Amino acid sequence: MAAPTLAPPRSPRGRAARGGNFELNSWLFMRGSGLLLLVLVFGHLFVNLMLGEGIHQIDFAFVAGKWANPFWQVWDLAMLWLAMLHGCNGLRTIINDYAVRLNTRFALKTLLYFGTLVVIVLGTLVIFTFDPCIDPNSTLDVCRMK
Amino acid sequence: MWSWVLHRITGVSIFFFLFAHVVDTAMVRVSPATYNTAVETYKNPVVGLMEVGLVGAVLFHALNGVRIILVDFWEKGPRYQRQLTYGVVGVFVVLFVPFVIRHLTHVFGG
Repeated sequence: MAAPTLAPPRSPRGRAARGGNFELNSWLFMRGSGLLLLVLVFGHLFVNLMLGEGIHQIDFAFVAGKWANPFWQVWDLAMLWLAMLHGCNGLRTIINDYAVRLNTRFALKTLLYFGTLVVIVLGTLVIFTFDPCIDPNSTLDVCRMK
Repeated sequence: MWSWVLHRITGVSIFFFLFAHVVDTAMVRVSPATYNTAVETYKNPVVGLMEVGLVGAVLFHALNGVRIILVDFWEKGPRYQRQLTYGVVGVFVVLFVPFVIRHLTHVFGG
């Protein structure tokens, strides 16, 4: 027969024990997504602003050239989702720290979650529905071959 | 303390920029001309200088984030936290100065 087990004296009770690990997970997420974003964002800035003619090279054709490659589609999609969720979670922490009134907290968080959702959905749609030949008179190579 | 304050300020600033940035990029779904007009804004010298501020914010936030990760997960992190802060400042200068030179050459050099 197994010996009866006693809970350690400092083990959490009540809310802490039942509450799940959301805050721990979000804390871990900030560190994990932060490391991924380090690579994604610096790669994005280096390729778009440092290589070639820098800021002057960016126009519709430049975007079309990048998104012709699934590699950059996945890159930008991952960057979009991770950056928005990382930023949303950061702002959630800041609201928790500074907004005192219950109604203020609720209003700010509603606005935050709604705004984040809109940007993620909009950005995702743009990446997946991008059409390099949206202009019928386009002179881009991909459009002239048709 | 100050790096904690700066981490929050840069984080919030970058997050708000993302709203503008996703919306301007979304103009590729309207028409090439609309998108080109939108990115033309970024090539303006004043906005070019603001981009320097933006990249500075991203750079600090990223490097300070690495410092936080090292303090949290590396067993010797807390002991070397002061040196890590100097490291953040050092690496920031090493990466930021070449960026500013190259970017402003693009912005003002045509």
